[in-house]
Amino acid sequence: MKKTVSGAYLALIFLFLYIPIGVMIALSFNDASTGITNWKGFTLEHYLTLFENDALVEALLNSVVIAVLSALGASLLGTMAALGINNVKKGRGLLMNLSNLPIINPEIVTGVSLMLIFVLVFNVELGFFTVLLSHIVFNTPYVILNVLPRLRRMDRNLYEAAMDLGCPPVGAFLRVVLPEIFPGIFAGFLISLTYSFDDFIISYFTGGNFQTLSVFINNSMKKGIKPWMAAMTGVIFVAVLVILIIMNIHDAKEDAKQKQKI
Amino acid sequence: MKSKKPLIPYLVWMAAFVVIPLGMVFYFAFTDGNGHLTLENFRYIGVNSQVYLDSFKVAFLSTLICLVLAYPLALIMSRMSPRAQRMMNILIMLPMWMNFILRICSLDLIFRPTGILNQLLSLLGLGGNAIYQTPTAVVIGIVYNYLPFMVLPIYTVMAKISRSLIEAGQDLGCNGFQLLKKVIFPLSLPGVISGITMVFVPAASSFVISARLGGFNLIGDTIEAYYKGEIDMHAGGMLSFVLMLVIVISIAVMNHFDKDDDIVLV
Repeated sequence: MKKTVSGAYLALIFLFLYIPIGVMIALSFNDASTGITNWKGFTLEHYLTLFENDALVEALLNSVVIAVLSALGASLLGTMAALGINNVKKGRGLLMNLSNLPIINPEIVTGVSLMLIFVLVFNVELGFFTVLLSHIVFNTPYVILNVLPRLRRMDRNLYEAAMDLGCPPVGAFLRVVLPEIFPGIFAGFLISLTYSFDDFIISYFTGGNFQTLSVFINNSMKKGIKPWMAAMTGVIFVAVLVILIIMNIHDAKEDAKQKQKI
Repeated sequence: MKSKKPLIPYLVWMAAFVVIPLGMVFYFAFTDGNGHLTLENFRYIGVNSQVYLDSFKVAFLSTLICLVLAYPLALIMSRMSPRAQRMMNILIMLPMWMNFILRICSLDLIFRPTGILNQLLSLLGLGGNAIYQTPTAVVIGIVYNYLPFMVLPIYTVMAKISRSLIEAGQDLGCNGFQLLKKVIFPLSLPGVISGITMVFVPAASSFVISARLGGFNLIGDTIEAYYKGEIDMHAGGMLSFVLMLVIVISIAVMNHFDKDDDIVLV
């Protein structure tokens, strides 16, 4: 009885979460040029012509490049910050609050504030670099939050021992510390990748004429929802599914390793 | 390893890209066109009081619905086998990582008068629905977008609750409901608080969703208009300042209920 109720509940929630995606993917096969929601027959045309749309391909590439570079930047900066924060005793709470600010702050305020500093203080034109920097700003806290627990769990003596055995500090860091915290960095990297790719609000304010995929779709949507948007949904669905499965396998391996240690 | 040096570039970075930019927003909030200090801009709060009210109403309602939907889901998930839990995790995260604008697109196609929902309803002979361009559509849109952000933190905390605590409760004669009330709920509170924060903040400051599905403006849309339309950085700064203030106060009040200072994020 209890099992049936919880099963039914899960089914309802997942229907709610997946019906809109399902509808979009179904419509991506709809052979209709206008009136996208009226079923006119099956076609693959929207997928086949998807990448002939130069502006779309450019926006997609922009998003991918920004996602990869900002995730790398955030991983580097976040790891350094976590190493520093881990050694702070006094004022640690304040430091954590400061570093979580970009997560807690409404995105629109973050976007607006960055736009102001780029335009009025740094006096640069909004574009690729301003979007990249802004994405690093909101991604870094996620790396810090994933790396810090790993550092806390680590045995400090290991690092000292490596140095006592004649390892230079950099070598000790690369050989002892980095392998311990790497899963945290990797998790932070993947989260950054997806949040960057998904972002609309911050790219919208800091991009000027530089369009990421979200900004491009939003601008195109003003002229109506087009079949290629449905096809794009299908493509992203498959890509995200693949990434999630890779992450899942990675997590499962991690768990197995943890169990072995115990 | 004891060095605090790696912190220096990070602090410089935070100053340049977080603290000073926010400072600028606030600077404009409290100055006039000539750069003189003024409280004059507070009048924009009055002008937009209805928009604020609408925003917080919509945000409150959406957050409440997310919580009510997410809590049982997280509870059910946390009791599954590890394999099933991993599967569920993927299923919850997948919609969250679909493009935000495309998610709104799909709801638009469902709700619009010629959309799927109306086509289905008329097939069943139920006539047309009138969700499109109403606050209801906006609330559904926000719940749809942010539900995973409520589920995941609650689930993460619940999955860590030790079995032995639950068994101890059962041994001491707790029934299912008492167990939930006295053991599980108090222990899941940090997750609940993180979830509420992660839904309420974007919900209160959302834009696009309201304009697209509701046809009306929430505070996010109004702020956007002050920076992207007829530019008035003083008005925009003041509205941003008050939005942040309300959110920071709400978070501080909520954290008051939670002794643990670690936030649970996904």
